[in-house]
Amino acid sequence: MLAYLVKRVFQAIAVMFAISLIGFAIQDNLGDPLRELVGQSVSEEVRQQLRDELGLNDSFMTQYIRFLGNVLQGDLGTSYFFKEPALDVILKKLPATLELVAGATLIIIGLSVPLGVYTAIKPNSVLSRIIMGLSIVGISIPVFLTAILMIFVFSVELGWFPSYGRGDVVHVFGYWETNFATADGWVHIMLPSVALASIMLPLFVRLIRAEMMEVLQSEYVKYARAKGIRPYRIYFVHALKNTLLPVITVGGVQIGTMVAYTILTETVFQWPGMGFMFLEAVNRVDTPLIVAYLIVVGFIFVVTNTIVDLIYGLVNPTVNLARMGA
Amino acid sequence: MKFFASTLAVATLSATLGTAALAEVTVKVAYDADPVSLDPHEQLSGGTLQLSHMVFDPLVRWTQDLQFEPRLAESWEQIDETTMRFKLRDGVTFHSGNALTAKDVDWTFDRLKQSPDFKGIFASFTDVEVVDDLTFDLKTSEPYPLVLHTATYIFPMDSAFYTGTTEDGKDKSELVKHGDSFASRNLSGTGPFTVTEREQGVKVVFDRFDGYWDTASEGNVDNIILTPIKEDPTRVAALLAGDVDFIAPVPPTDLKRVEEHDGTTLITMPGTRIITFQLNQDRVEAFKDARVRQAIDFAVNNAGIVDRIMRGFGTVGAQASPAGYLGHDPALAPRYDLEKAKALMAEAGYADGFTVTMMAPNNRYVNDDKIAQAVASMLSKINIKVDLQTMPKAQYWPKFDERAADMMMIGWHSDTEDSANFHQFLTHCPDAETGNGQYNSGNYCNPEADALMAQANAETDQAKRAELLSKLEGILYNEAAFIPLHWQNLAWGAREGVHAEKIVNALNFPYFGDLVVE
Repeated sequence: MLAYLVKRVFQAIAVMFAISLIGFAIQDNLGDPLRELVGQSVSEEVRQQLRDELGLNDSFMTQYIRFLGNVLQGDLGTSYFFKEPALDVILKKLPATLELVAGATLIIIGLSVPLGVYTAIKPNSVLSRIIMGLSIVGISIPVFLTAILMIFVFSVELGWFPSYGRGDVVHVFGYWETNFATADGWVHIMLPSVALASIMLPLFVRLIRAEMMEVLQSEYVKYARAKGIRPYRIYFVHALKNTLLPVITVGGVQIGTMVAYTILTETVFQWPGMGFMFLEAVNRVDTPLIVAYLIVVGFIFVVTNTIVDLIYGLVNPTVNLARMGA
Repeated sequence: MKFFASTLAVATLSATLGTAALAEVTVKVAYDADPVSLDPHEQLSGGTLQLSHMVFDPLVRWTQDLQFEPRLAESWEQIDETTMRFKLRDGVTFHSGNALTAKDVDWTFDRLKQSPDFKGIFASFTDVEVVDDLTFDLKTSEPYPLVLHTATYIFPMDSAFYTGTTEDGKDKSELVKHGDSFASRNLSGTGPFTVTEREQGVKVVFDRFDGYWDTASEGNVDNIILTPIKEDPTRVAALLAGDVDFIAPVPPTDLKRVEEHDGTTLITMPGTRIITFQLNQDRVEAFKDARVRQAIDFAVNNAGIVDRIMRGFGTVGAQASPAGYLGHDPALAPRYDLEKAKALMAEAGYADGFTVTMMAPNNRYVNDDKIAQAVASMLSKINIKVDLQTMPKAQYWPKFDERAADMMMIGWHSDTEDSANFHQFLTHCPDAETGNGQYNSGNYCNPEADALMAQANAETDQAKRAELLSKLEGILYNEAAFIPLHWQNLAWGAREGVHAEKIVNALNFPYFGDLVVE
């Protein structure tokens, strides 16, 4: 277990190192940060001077080595736009994104299990057909379109939910301000969470359904039936447990992907999280912030995957973590 | 629903505080971006100037019909060829409580001269001489016609407030382009509002300044909450849903929606930003021939672009100066005549046409990529094959600096609100020394035109100056120095009862201090 974790830490460092190198290599193609820092009529001479001050005229290796040196001291660079350490900016925005992801995850877990099980048990019922039909629609509509449609239906036409932002947030500790403490916060997080969930929910409904159908064909379920155990006990205790293994694997990977989808959702809803911040940073060529974001997201991916592996070991004792890490 | 909730909350609050029935007026504003800094000299951009008009006051400002209106300067007179004497308003105080004096103006002027962004505008100005507490002389090196134009950029800062050192030993007056400074996070101006809360990229909260000097203003807004909403559909939805009271800009696709929706009004105004294409004569031999350039101008149906692509949300242009500018010549009409264009191409010996490359941004100007596509297909009718590439502005500007394509799109707004500025940056012979022609990717060069601009910039007689500048526009038109398309219109959306139509202007600096809300 310990050997496995140590191995994972080294893997994480290698991954983040690779990401930082890639992030650094592409930054020259993102555009010229000076354009966003100065007005249109500033002369080329003054621009060059500022570029020198920022160290943008140094060679790639010089810049990268300087960057790595700073990273070792815990400094991921300073955002041009926010004028604060890039890591601080990201950490300030992180809670908003995590709350959004949490909201979407709650919706996904709360709905995908019953819907998936139902459609597996009653594959031919009308309701199952409607659910499966809708899931196709959900998977195929891009998330920003779902989001805009929801804004026009629920904010503009019906006026039930606000169209943008986080509303009243309550400070918890540190940088963490929560949406879940006030009614206003809850109404604000509703639409973005549903929009974000809309991409993943159909996937999980289908996954649980497929796994469940397979399990229901297996010998032990047949045996349980023959023993006369009540159907709902078979479905939810015996069958579902074995269905969850692949679901957890996919789920772990998808939580990382969901962080990526927050970029679109947050942009449409003007949600002040780090996905929205990232897209803005790209538009403004705020390169230190872009590279720092990539590293942080890489870190989140590695952490979630490690946690998933650990849970996997708990759910299925036959998985040997120590050997997996070896 | 949301609106009632917030009104109710405010009502309860004021009731519990025991104040009179007078509820505070709060206006929620959504722009596409928020100001990058609280330092008015850090970046010369629309966002900075919009903020400056809320928390500072200029010496003079533009009215809706582009006339000068006295603000902190009560009166002014020319005392010799290079000196303008200004008299400051008496009894004006800064947010800090300090009184405004001529010394503050002098201090601000010196700081402007150090700002990389602003020093270009103040290049012809040499000094501010303090005469007495409320009188100062603004001096130029040569007789200069744009003294008042430039005075709209002088927003006096509180010199006492910005002097000294911060707790961590930094100079408070420090002007930093990137990185942290006292002035980028703190401010004391004379303006109608103070900033009480600011989270960059999320919101800025403004409170009315109790000691504001302009008591004659009808403005009755107590608080403003400015939220940047980047996405066009979301910004419009926020207004339509009643979550915000005032938005800008309104995208062309949603103009009708905002206009027809119950409870919202649309305000539009012709803008001053000209959208053009430049024809690079260094890269394409054919562009050196004025007939080819004219042919392109004749082949481009700019009225059609305004009608179809901009949905009428633009003013068809045939020159750089919009109506209202000194050099604007109403006689210069947009030209579109395909037969004439073909004839000109044949005359120049290019009847079979040629192939050119074209680049345009896709997120800088309204519908920029669609306009470029339309122009490319229009040029195919005179056998010019266009290889078009569009890209985000962040990538576009470095390409523009490299002059990476034969035809490049550029939109220009004159910082001085004066005609000469267009020529200086877009069509003047490129000169790295003076910075003239910095954005002339066409490399058009006509010494006669340059001489006219120099003459106009030394001419203080407005009538004579207008004549010189319109003559200049005429030359550029006849030679087809560039391909003018249109001036982008401006559009704001407001909740009914928010009388924003009185505070907006073609410069897009809404004067929120004067905003009346029912």
